[in-house]
Amino acid sequence: MLLLATAICLGPYQLAPGDLFAFLIAKATGAASPLSAPAEAVVLRIRLPRVLAATAVGAALASSGAAYQSLFRNPLVSPDILGVSAGAAFGAVVGIFLSLPVLAIEVASFAGGLAAVTIVYAIAAAIRGRDAVLILVLAGVVIGALFGAGVGLLKYLADPYNQLPAITFWLLGSLAAANLRDLTSLLPAVAIGLVLLALLRWRIDVMTLGDEEATALGVDTRVLRVVVIAAATLMTSAAVAASGIIGWVGLVVPHLVRLLIGPAFTRVLPVSVLFGAGYLLAVDTVARTLGTVEVPLGVLTAVLGTPVFLWLLAFSRRAAWS
Amino acid sequence: MVLNAPRLAIEDLSYGYPGHVVGRRISFSVGAGEVLCVLGRNGEGKSTLFQTILGLLPARAGAVRVDGGLTTGWSARRRALTFGYVPQTGGGAFPFTVAELVLMGRTAHRGPFSAPSIADRRAADKAIATMGIEHLARREWLRVSGGERQLALIARALAQEARILVLDEPTASLDFGNQVRVLEAVRGLAESRGLSVLLSTHHPEQAFACADRVAMLADGELLEIGPPAKVITSDTLRRCYAVEVAVVAVANDRYRVCVPHSYLS
Repeated sequence: MLLLATAICLGPYQLAPGDLFAFLIAKATGAASPLSAPAEAVVLRIRLPRVLAATAVGAALASSGAAYQSLFRNPLVSPDILGVSAGAAFGAVVGIFLSLPVLAIEVASFAGGLAAVTIVYAIAAAIRGRDAVLILVLAGVVIGALFGAGVGLLKYLADPYNQLPAITFWLLGSLAAANLRDLTSLLPAVAIGLVLLALLRWRIDVMTLGDEEATALGVDTRVLRVVVIAAATLMTSAAVAASGIIGWVGLVVPHLVRLLIGPAFTRVLPVSVLFGAGYLLAVDTVARTLGTVEVPLGVLTAVLGTPVFLWLLAFSRRAAWS
Repeated sequence: MVLNAPRLAIEDLSYGYPGHVVGRRISFSVGAGEVLCVLGRNGEGKSTLFQTILGLLPARAGAVRVDGGLTTGWSARRRALTFGYVPQTGGGAFPFTVAELVLMGRTAHRGPFSAPSIADRRAADKAIATMGIEHLARREWLRVSGGERQLALIARALAQEARILVLDEPTASLDFGNQVRVLEAVRGLAESRGLSVLLSTHHPEQAFACADRVAMLADGELLEIGPPAKVITSDTLRRCYAVEVAVVAVANDRYRVCVPHSYLS
């Protein structure tokens, strides 16, 4: 909450914390706003949507990452593992390329994410090996690369003055364009995904034992896997549609959370949501206040995430489960 | 339910994988409070047989009945309420505590969205106490020894409150003391709770220690089934494992040991 308020106050148009508080009180009681009209516009139209979007995207990426890590019994996987991010990005780039309206771009992004995960899952189901998880992960990498190639092709074909900068900046990951309308599709998708994961949190723990053992304990693993993947994919796609590919959050945050509080999903989920939301909000606030020109968010998360991840890799005493 | 039907009945069961039948037309039954020990050499398909009985693999032919009723088409949940499974290596690779892992045994007792109730936690605590591993409850799964893990997995199967316990080589890779402790625990559970127990082992002697009956598999077929003293003989061990073994009675024939001839010459 404190971080939220700070983030709303900071920016090219500085706001005193007391003013924001007075504004909230006034809104709650229905009194006249103490803020000037431009200040109110900055808070409501620009900063509030952006701060909420950062919170939701961070929470979505971190919690879907946590879910994938439990489901695939590998603490080093991330939402990118199933090619979801790449698929969603491809869908959105197709939308931009065809100059579709914003809503259509979002739908295309979600369709791309779902298409990627469906193809990956179909491949894994078609190749019946002993290690289903490994095949799933490899299929994800391959399909992700394919969608990445598709994005490259569209960038090559795109109009270099109009579309290419839009595509490139969006792919780098940014919340600069976040507005209230983005939120109306982002927030419900994240809420649905989170509620599903929260309801299934105990079963998700059992899934970490592997299919055979989980089945023997009474879990319908096929149904559960589809539901959890769908929930996590919905959140990832919504996040990608809103902000482009913001890497590392879905990998580093849940991994760090597991190291701090152990593997139980009942605790990992809420803490990942908090850490993911807080982390991305902080990074986004830094991204837009650091210099006169905004640093792309995805670049910053990668710059921060890489050393943290390498540090985890090198000094983690639980190397046994990597 | 059919009156007087055995608790677990395997009828003409063929098992294996698509295009590769491992075992053919196996039939046996296990009653309440009975321990049946399955012997057979490496690759004989003891694990495959167990997985087929548990419904983790589809049967190629034949049937598995519980209290006379076919188990075909049972849901994972109904199976879990009937069969408690102790895999050879289980527990996954995430650092849950032993207590958390035992609590997972209660999964089938609640709906997909529910958290464990107080009753679930009590059942898990009781199972931990029964196995005498209270001191391990807070320890991390990956930091306890192989023997302790096996005891914890048995505790999880107990928390499941199933009537049939299936243990796949529960003493493999355990030291001598832990082997004795695990077999004692299995024997005790069958006697005190009337559980039907199906276990496999690579040590024929262990059957004398814990089993009421022994089923010996060879070349995908049931070679012999009956009381340990009748089934485990020089003749059957030669046919099963292709080694010459003397079976020697000790302590007024309360126990028998298997000594390979080559060790004596």
